[in-house]
Amino acid sequence: MKIKRTAGEKIFNVFNYIILAFIGIVSLYPFWYTVSMSFSTLAEASRDGLHLFPMDTTLASYKAVFENKDLYTAYGNTILRTVLGTVYSLFMQAGFAYALSRSNMPNRKFWAFVAVFTMLFNGGTIPTYLNIRNLGLLDSFWVYILPLGMNVYNMIILRNSFNAIPESLYESAKLDGAGDIRIFTQIFLPLSKAALATVVLWIAVGHWNSYMDNLLYVGDTTKKVLQMYMREIVQDNKTELILSGQMDASITDYNDETVKSATIVVSMLPILCVYPFIQKYFVKGVMLGSVKG
Amino acid sequence: MDIMSKSKRSSKTVRYKRSLGKSYIDNWQLLVLFLPGLITLILFSYASMFGLLIAFKDYRIMEGVFASPWVGFEHFHTLFGGKDFPRVLRNTLVISISKLIVGFPMPIILALLLNEMRNKLYKSTIQTLSYLPHFFSWVTLGGIMLNVFSYNGPFNSILKMLGMNTSIDFFGNNAWFIVMLLVSSVWSGIGWSSIVYLASLSAVDESLYEAAMIDGAGRWKQTLHISIPTIMPTITTVLILNMGSILNGGFDQIFNMYNATVYEWSDIIDTYVYRQLESMDYSLGTAMGLFKSVVSLILVLSVNKITKKINDSESAVF
Repeated sequence: MKIKRTAGEKIFNVFNYIILAFIGIVSLYPFWYTVSMSFSTLAEASRDGLHLFPMDTTLASYKAVFENKDLYTAYGNTILRTVLGTVYSLFMQAGFAYALSRSNMPNRKFWAFVAVFTMLFNGGTIPTYLNIRNLGLLDSFWVYILPLGMNVYNMIILRNSFNAIPESLYESAKLDGAGDIRIFTQIFLPLSKAALATVVLWIAVGHWNSYMDNLLYVGDTTKKVLQMYMREIVQDNKTELILSGQMDASITDYNDETVKSATIVVSMLPILCVYPFIQKYFVKGVMLGSVKG
Repeated sequence: MDIMSKSKRSSKTVRYKRSLGKSYIDNWQLLVLFLPGLITLILFSYASMFGLLIAFKDYRIMEGVFASPWVGFEHFHTLFGGKDFPRVLRNTLVISISKLIVGFPMPIILALLLNEMRNKLYKSTIQTLSYLPHFFSWVTLGGIMLNVFSYNGPFNSILKMLGMNTSIDFFGNNAWFIVMLLVSSVWSGIGWSSIVYLASLSAVDESLYEAAMIDGAGRWKQTLHISIPTIMPTITTVLILNMGSILNGGFDQIFNMYNATVYEWSDIIDTYVYRQLESMDYSLGTAMGLFKSVVSLILVLSVNKITKKINDSESAVF
C-alpha cells in the first residue's frame, strides 16, 4: 500500500536523517579523536582543531606504550581472569538457573527469592571488603573470579530461556532414564545457544572492564589488571610509568595526551575488533531480560 | 482421642519433613547444579550483610565484627549531625535527579526517531554507533572525556572557532563538572537504553498504523496515539528501576572523572563511603552505606507497589 506523503512528512524525514546522523557522529567522534591522537606527532597533537585525521603520523606513542613491561602483565591478567571467570560464572549461573526452572526442584520459590533478594539489598562496599578479608581473599587472584560467580540478572535470563523449552522434551528424556545433569548438558544447554551467547558476552565484557576489585582487594602489582593499569596512567597521570627513561624530549615525539590515547586504544582493541559481530547478541539479551522474570 | 489426633499431626509433620528431605535426595542431580550458585550467594552476598552490624558497633579490626562492642546508633548520630552528610546527600540527589531529567527522555526520543526511520541500513548503522560507548569501562570513557573536553581539546577548539575568547575548564568548575557528568551519561547510555523501547515498539501490529493512515492520521498523530501508548508500560518499568537507584549517582563515572577542585559538588554517598574505607573509618562508612541501602530498598518496593495499584500490575517489576 502506497500512501502519498505530505510536505510535512518529507520535511520530517529529512530532519530525522539529520538528527540520527548527529547522534551517530557524536557517539563515535570521541573514540575517533582518541585513535587520531594516538597516531599524532607531538606538534600535530598540540595543534588546535578537531583532529579528524592526523596530518603528521608517528608510532612513537605506541612504541612507548609497548616498551612498558607492566602492560603485558596487566594484559595477561585480564585475559586470564576473563577466560577463567567466564567459564566459571557461566556454569554456575546456568546450573542454578536450570535447577530453578524445574518443577521438581524442592522449595523452588523460596530459593528464587533467596537469589532475587540479593539484587534488592546488599552489604555495601565496606562490609563486602571485610567479608573478602575474612575469607582470606585479599591479594589473591581468585578474588577476581569467585565473587563474580553468581549474577542474578543473568541467571533470570537463562532461567527464562530454559522455561521456554517444551516440558515434553524434558519428560521424555526422563522416561528414557537420563538424569538431570545429562539433560542439562546435552539437551538444555545446546537448545539455549542465544541466551548463553548473550550471557557469556556480558560476563566477559564485565571481566574485561572491571577494576574495582583490583583497587579494593589487590595491592600486589604482579596481579594488576588492565583497567587498573590504564586508570593509573589516564586518571592519576602516572604517565611517568611510561615516559621514564625517555628524558630527552628532543628525540621523543609524543606527549602525555598521545600516550594516554594510545594506552586507551590498546585496551579497547579486543572489544572494538569483536564488537561488530557480537553486537546483535547484546541486543537480543536486553530483549530477553525485558521479559518479566 | 485428643492424644491420638495430636500424635497423628506430629507424625504428619515428620512425614512431611522426611518427604521434603527425600525429594532433595531424589533430585540430587539438581542439587549438584544448584549448590555452587547457592554457596556463592551465601559466601559473598549474605555473609557480607553480617558486616552491616558494624554500623551499630565500635568496630575494632583485631576483634572482628562479632566481638566488637555495641554502640547503638552512635555512628548514625555522628553521621547525621556532621556537615558531610547534608553535602553528600545533596550532591547525590542533585546529580541523580538531573541525570533522570536529562537522561531519561533521551533514549525514548531516540527509539521513536529510529522507529520512524524506513531505511533499514541507515537505522542499524546508527544503532550500532550509539551502543558503542556502553561496552567500555568508565576508566576508558572517563579518560576520553577528559581528553575531548580538556583545556586544549577539540571541544574548546570548536568554541574558539565560534568566536569564544577563552577556553572553558570543564573539569575544574563545579557547575561545568555536573554538565560533564550529564553529557557523558547521555553519551554512554542513550543507545543502550533505547533498546528496550525499540523492542516494545517492534511488537506493535503494523495494521494499527495502516488503519490510522487510512483514517488520515499523519506520522505525528500516529506516534502520539499508537507508538507512545505502546511503550508506556516499558517507560513506567524503567522509571521504577531508576527510582531504586536514585541514591546511586554513578560511582564509577564520577570516580573516573572527578578531582579535588570539584569535591564540593561531586562527592556522592558512594565516593564518601569509598574514602571512609581508604581512611579505615569502617563503622561510619558502613552507617552511610546502610542508610543508602535501606532507603533504596524502601523506594523500589513502594514505587513498585504504587505502580501495581495504578496499572494493574502490568508494569510492576516484582
